[in-house]
Amino acid sequence: MLRFAVRRLFSCIALLFAISILTFLIFEAIPNGNPALRLAGRTATQAQIDAIERTWGFNKPIYVQYYKTMEKIFDGTVISYTQQLNVESQIVQDLPPTLSLAIGAGIIWFLTGVLFGVLAAVRHGRWLDRVLTVLSLIGVSTPVFFLGAILSFYLGYKAGIFPNGDYVNITTNPIQWLYHMILPWCALSAVFVGVYSRVLRSTILDMVNDDFVRTARAKGLSERQVMTRHVLRNSLIPIVSLWGLDFASVIGGGAILTESVFNLQGVGQYAAQSIQRLDVPPVLVITMFGAFFVVLLGAVVDIVHAWLDPRVRLSA
Amino acid sequence: MDHPVTPVDGLDASATAGLDPPGALPPDVPPGTGPYKLAWRRLRRNHVSLAFGGLFLLIVILCLLAPVYAAYIAHAGPNDENLAGTVLIGGKQVYIVSLIGIPIGPTWQSHYFLGADELGRDVAVRLLYGGRNSLFIGAVATLITMVLATILGTIAGYLRGIVDGFLSRFFELLWAYPAILLGIALGVSLQVGGLNLGLFTLQGSSLMVPALIIGVVYIPYVAKPIRAQVLTLREREFIDAARQQGLGPVRIMVGEILPNLASTIIVFIPLILANAILLEAGLSYLGAGVQPPNPSWGTMISEGIGLIPAAIHLTLIPGTMLVLCVLGINVFGDGVRDALDPRSQVRVGR
Repeated sequence: MLRFAVRRLFSCIALLFAISILTFLIFEAIPNGNPALRLAGRTATQAQIDAIERTWGFNKPIYVQYYKTMEKIFDGTVISYTQQLNVESQIVQDLPPTLSLAIGAGIIWFLTGVLFGVLAAVRHGRWLDRVLTVLSLIGVSTPVFFLGAILSFYLGYKAGIFPNGDYVNITTNPIQWLYHMILPWCALSAVFVGVYSRVLRSTILDMVNDDFVRTARAKGLSERQVMTRHVLRNSLIPIVSLWGLDFASVIGGGAILTESVFNLQGVGQYAAQSIQRLDVPPVLVITMFGAFFVVLLGAVVDIVHAWLDPRVRLSA
Repeated sequence: MDHPVTPVDGLDASATAGLDPPGALPPDVPPGTGPYKLAWRRLRRNHVSLAFGGLFLLIVILCLLAPVYAAYIAHAGPNDENLAGTVLIGGKQVYIVSLIGIPIGPTWQSHYFLGADELGRDVAVRLLYGGRNSLFIGAVATLITMVLATILGTIAGYLRGIVDGFLSRFFELLWAYPAILLGIALGVSLQVGGLNLGLFTLQGSSLMVPALIIGVVYIPYVAKPIRAQVLTLREREFIDAARQQGLGPVRIMVGEILPNLASTIIVFIPLILANAILLEAGLSYLGAGVQPPNPSWGTMISEGIGLIPAAIHLTLIPGTMLVLCVLGINVFGDGVRDALDPRSQVRVGR
C-alpha cells in the first residue's frame, strides 16, 4: 500500500510537470506579442514594463519564463495577463459552482446509469430494454450544450418551471441553489447515463453465464441475492473506474460546455474565457488542477478496484 | 496464420446449443465460412442497425448534394445575406428578417425551406453546407486518430521496454488533459498562429485545424486498447513462429499483428467518428472550431443559442440534424460491434 502510494505520487508529479510544459508550449507557439505589454496595461511607462519583464523573465529564454511562471504559481502570487487578478483566488471563487455541478450530477449519473443498466440487463430483449437502449443512445448522441439550451428554453423560458441559467450560492439560498442546479445536472448527466447504462448492461450480460454465478444459484441464493451480491458487485468495477475519471475531469474544468450554456461561472468557464484571451497563467493552473484530480481519482479508483476484486493487486 | 478474428474462437456448436440469440449462426452456414462473411451475415439480419446506417448515409448524401440544392432549389448560397428581402407565403409578402430583427421560421417551400437566420441566410442551405464541414472534419479526424493510434499502439505493445514507457506516458499525458480543454487550447492557439511544419502549412481558419486537433485528442482512447491487445497477441505461437522464420519486427507488426487488430479497429471507427463530430460541435460552440461565416452544425447551434428565445428554430434545426447523424453512426456502430463479436449476443442463457 505504501509502495503504491509513493509510486503513484511520483508518477503524478511527473505527469503534472509534463502537462504544465505542454500547456506552456501550446501558448508559447503563438505569436501573441510581449505579455509584459499586456500585463502592464495601456498607461504603463517603459520602466514599469522593464520591471515586469524582469520578474516574469519575458526577456529571457523560454525555460526561464517557464520557471518564473511556475514559481509564481507555487507562491500563489500568479496573476492573469489580461485581468491582473490573482489566478488562484479566482479559481477558489469559481470552485463552488463547479463542485455543485460535479457532485450533484455525479451522484445522479451514477445512480441513474446503474439503475438503467441493471433494468436493461434484467429485462434484456424485452421492450423495457429496448426503450432504455434507445434512450441511452440518444443521450450519448446529444451534445450537452444543445440539450442544455433546449431544456432551458422549453422548461425554463416557455413553461417557466425552471430558472434560465445562472448560479445561486448554496450558503445564500439553498432552495434556490437546488432549483438552479436541476437543469444543469440533468443536461450534464444525460451523456454519462447513456454510457454507463450501456457498459453496465453488457458487463452484467457477460457475467450471467460465469461459473461463480452458477455456483451462487446452486447454493440456493435467491435471484435478487445473486444479482446484488455477486453479479452487480463484480460488474460495478468498470463503472467505478469510469466514474472516478469522469468526475475528476468535470471538477477540473471538463464541464466547460455545461457551465457556459447555463452561465454558471465555474472553473471550466474561467478556463474557456482565459483561453480565448490567450491568457496563459489561468490555463496553466486550471489544466494542472484538473490533471491533478484525474490522477488522484485514478489512484482512488485503483484502491476501490482492489477492494471490490480481491484478485487485483495494487501496483503503480 | 492464426484465425484473424479472435472473438469468433469461442463460438462453437456447444456454446450456442440450446440458445436462440438474435445473432447466432443460422444452421445453413457452410463450414469454413470466413469470420468477416459471418459478421456480414449477422449485420444483415440486424434491421435496426442497417436502418440507422441508412439514415447516416442519407445525411451524408444530402450534405454532398448541398451545391445542387443551393443552386437549383433554394437559389441562395450558404453565405448569401438577405436582410431586406421578402418571401411569398400564402399569397402575402413576408419579411425574411422582421423589422425588429427576428428571422422567419420554416416556410416549407423551396425558398427558405427551414427558415432564415438573423442575417437572412437560408438555414436549409447552411445546414447542408455545415454538414459537409462537420462530416469532413469528423472523417479526417477519425482517419488521423485511427492511423496514428494504430501505429503508436502497435509499436508500444510490440516493442515494449523504453519505447512503450515513452509512448504510454504520452498517452497518459493526453488522457489526463480533459479532451475539451486540450481541444480549445490547441484550437485557439492554432487559429491565431496557424501551423507551420516546414513541408506543410495550415492557415488558422482552415478546416484542417479542428480536424487535426480532434484527431490528436482522441489518440489515447484508441491507442491504449490497441496496445493492450498487441501485448497479448505478441505472446501467441504464430508470432513466435514468424520470429523463428526470421521476420523482422516491422514485417511482424504489419503482416501478422495488424490483420488481427482489424476487428478492433473497425469497431472503433464509428465510435471515434461520432465523438469527433460531437467534439467539433463543442469546439465550434466555444469559438475554437470552425470559424464563421463558414458554417458547421456546431457554429450554427452556437449562433442559434445567441438568438434564443426569439428564434428557437436556429438552434433546433442544426441540433436535431447533428443528433440524428450521430445517432445513426452510433446505432450502426453498435450493430457492427455485435456482428464482429458474437459473444456480445451469445452471452445470455437461462
